[in-house]
Amino acid sequence: MKLPIYLDYSATTPVDPRVAEKMMQCLTMDGNFGNPASRSHSFGWSADEAVELARKQVADLVNCDPKEIIWTSGATESDNLAIKGAAHFYQKKGKHIITCKTEHKAVLDSCRQLEREGFEVTYLDPETNGLIDLAKLESAMREDTILVSIMHVNNEIGVIQDIDTMAELTRARGIIFHVDAAQSAGKVDIDLANSKVDLMSFSAHKIYGPKGMGALFVRRKPRVRLEAQIHGGGHERGLRSGTLPVHQIVGMGEAFRIAKEEMATENVRFAALRDRLYDGLKDIEETYVNGDMDKRITGNLNISFNYVEGESLIMAIKDLAVSSGSACTSASLEPSYVLRAIGRNDELAHSSIRFTIGRFTTEEEIDYTIKLLHNSIDKLRELSPLWDMFKEGIDLDSVKWAAH
Amino acid sequence: MAYSDKVMDHYENPRNVGTMDKEDKDVGTGMVGAPACGDVMKLQIKVSDDGVIEDAKFKTYGCGSAIASSSLLTEWVKGKTLDEASEIKNSDIAEELALPPVKVHCSVLAEDAIKAAIKDFQDKQ
Ligand SMILES: Cc1ncc(COP(=O)(O)O)c(C=O)c1O
Repeated sequence: MKLPIYLDYSATTPVDPRVAEKMMQCLTMDGNFGNPASRSHSFGWSADEAVELARKQVADLVNCDPKEIIWTSGATESDNLAIKGAAHFYQKKGKHIITCKTEHKAVLDSCRQLEREGFEVTYLDPETNGLIDLAKLESAMREDTILVSIMHVNNEIGVIQDIDTMAELTRARGIIFHVDAAQSAGKVDIDLANSKVDLMSFSAHKIYGPKGMGALFVRRKPRVRLEAQIHGGGHERGLRSGTLPVHQIVGMGEAFRIAKEEMATENVRFAALRDRLYDGLKDIEETYVNGDMDKRITGNLNISFNYVEGESLIMAIKDLAVSSGSACTSASLEPSYVLRAIGRNDELAHSSIRFTIGRFTTEEEIDYTIKLLHNSIDKLRELSPLWDMFKEGIDLDSVKWAAH
Repeated sequence: MAYSDKVMDHYENPRNVGTMDKEDKDVGTGMVGAPACGDVMKLQIKVSDDGVIEDAKFKTYGCGSAIASSSLLTEWVKGKTLDEASEIKNSDIAEELALPPVKVHCSVLAEDAIKAAIKDFQDKQ
């Protein structure tokens, strides 16, 4: 077993060797390096063929028409194109947008930009389990609402929103519905032919494809219109100009093909590993799972350990590559906005750890992780005056702290 | 965040971790910081009849630098008179541990902790 152990598959994944192999075939002189837009020779034709095969592979995973897939540089760009593109195109119909406080920054900051341009945005509060109450979503919809953007799976707590029911609500009102599926594609079944989602963002590097590659699903029936955000040679039906990066596209296609083939068996394996991890940690006192445990992807476990400080915890478990709920790179500790939005206090938000399991995680790694966590939490609580006070039965909220 | 070797040493082998009876007349207790700010330090000193700090114990909830600052402080105050101990400056701690600017507040907290412990002891006399 090699240290550190990688348990941060929601941050990014390594490229699958089968994907890397396909990508390498599209780079050098003896490979498929042509510009797919070159119509006058075989280099262009065969590059175009590879791009269209990949488009079909991506479409197949989510059951849509390949013509509905637009290549982008990642889910960030897809979110920007979907949200700004739809808002700009439909602004004569209205200027109100609905999203949720736990969305990825690519969605939240696109909405902030639109607010600066005169749009009005409602940021829904999720319930304490991280899920959106459909009645609250419905009651936020107005006459002038043109767009709703809700993520399928949350990147921090892994909870799965009921996007198909949401899509019924938006379609009935003629509102465009965008879904950020960066964390769900290849992990949760997506069936766009039988759903009313209008726009969906994908990323390649979350499912063993290359970084800097993504796609946006743009529904054709009924047709969804967008205003392009990047202008140039008119590639991708004018929605996203720029020479297509064939090796990246081929990598994304192969990654999505593999995901379609292996998703079901992988989910069984991940669930077993995740449950093993959870069973090994849940007997530690004062631990709290963040986010709904059932409506959750199999590879995610997000836990807060009370009375230990987040940064020292990360230090103690430096043999693990995991994400923490506190951004400890700056002087002002900023707790995770996702955990704050589901009602966790600052302390619990700071002391949270996100474990994400993936294709190359082993049982041995999980067992090592469990042991390391037990030792580290014991050690840090031994050092913690707050733990002593908790054990003495003192209510920490009643203490008057000498804040500095 | 890259930590200095000295911070790592104190973090991995913290000195003088523990608790004294805070009701004891010879013991001064200082508790500073707040959970919401990410660090709480508890420092306790035991003072002899001639005003010398005989023993010191700490417990800290906080980052590696906070733990190291309080651990180092307990080493430094032992054997010092109250006057000498109250002269320890946060900048001395920050320098000894090579704390980066974003972590200097940890050494400030340690200075606050010893001052608070001395005051608590003196209030009891
Ligand atoms: C939910 C979500 N949306 C968007 C992104 C951004 O994706 P990309 O890195 O492909 O731009 C990520 C990943 O960081 C994500 O988790």
